[in-house]
Amino acid sequence: MIEPTLSHYLLVSGALFSIGLLGVIVRRNLLIIYMSLELMLNSANVALVAMSRFNGNLDGQVMVFFIITVAAAEVAVGLALIVAIYRKRQTTEVEDLATMKL
Amino acid sequence: METILFNIFSVLAVLSALLVVVNPLSRNPVTSAMFLVTTMISISGLFVLLNAYFLAAVQILVYAGAVMVLFLFVIMLLDVQETARRRLRVVSLVMGILSVGALFGVYNSSLESTYELEIGDSLELVEANEIDGFRSEFVGGRGLVNDVEGAVGSTQALGQELFSSVNGFILPFEIVSILLLVAMIGVILLSKKELK
Repeated sequence: MIEPTLSHYLLVSGALFSIGLLGVIVRRNLLIIYMSLELMLNSANVALVAMSRFNGNLDGQVMVFFIITVAAAEVAVGLALIVAIYRKRQTTEVEDLATMKL
Repeated sequence: METILFNIFSVLAVLSALLVVVNPLSRNPVTSAMFLVTTMISISGLFVLLNAYFLAAVQILVYAGAVMVLFLFVIMLLDVQETARRRLRVVSLVMGILSVGALFGVYNSSLESTYELEIGDSLELVEANEIDGFRSEFVGGRGLVNDVEGAVGSTQALGQELFSSVNGFILPFEIVSILLLVAMIGVILLSKKELK
């Protein structure tokens, strides 16, 4: 068996990103869309760490550190927004949130 | 050994990610959240395989711990009863799968042309173990020549990289801490009873 190389890790990362994007496009529940966003952020993290490992440079891992921090803040704000929307509209389906549609 | 672990973790990550998005058995958000936890743990295993030990620990603590607990908390708080299975619009489903599949195809083919993903005789990985860390290079002049000394993401190494005075990341670190403060204040404001 061949050792996993950079391209294998990048393939996994690309697959995870595609699945996340599919979730954002197809699903209608705000919470699931948010989880898919997290999935996409994590796939970027995998790519960065793999690049960092195969180039012998720690900068990628520092970048991932910051991404994780920003993602945590983003999740907190986003979930608070979802709770606020639910309180006003009693729904988390994006189809019911079409006030700004022309 | 590394190959087996890589296979296990990557297959687990991709499978449970699929189950987050398109679960044929249940449309309950809690199920999706649980599978997302599995994905996070598998990704943390991948981090360990990539010598990023600190990030693996942080991944479990922050994602599998804090973020997913927050998600579950909000799901329970909202009490989203399983909506009477709305029909997924077939057109949007098909178009979504097609476009995402096309995107992944383009990504995959560019990856192949760059790194020769085809496992053939054009690519042989030669690893020569050295005392500290190891060096690996592709034979045949293609791909990357790696010299992976000191790329072990232990807590000490990452801390020194982060806070070194020459080319460290002290200013971004401080900015991120302000960002966290702003997020905290924003969340408190947003979740007040009546928005004024």
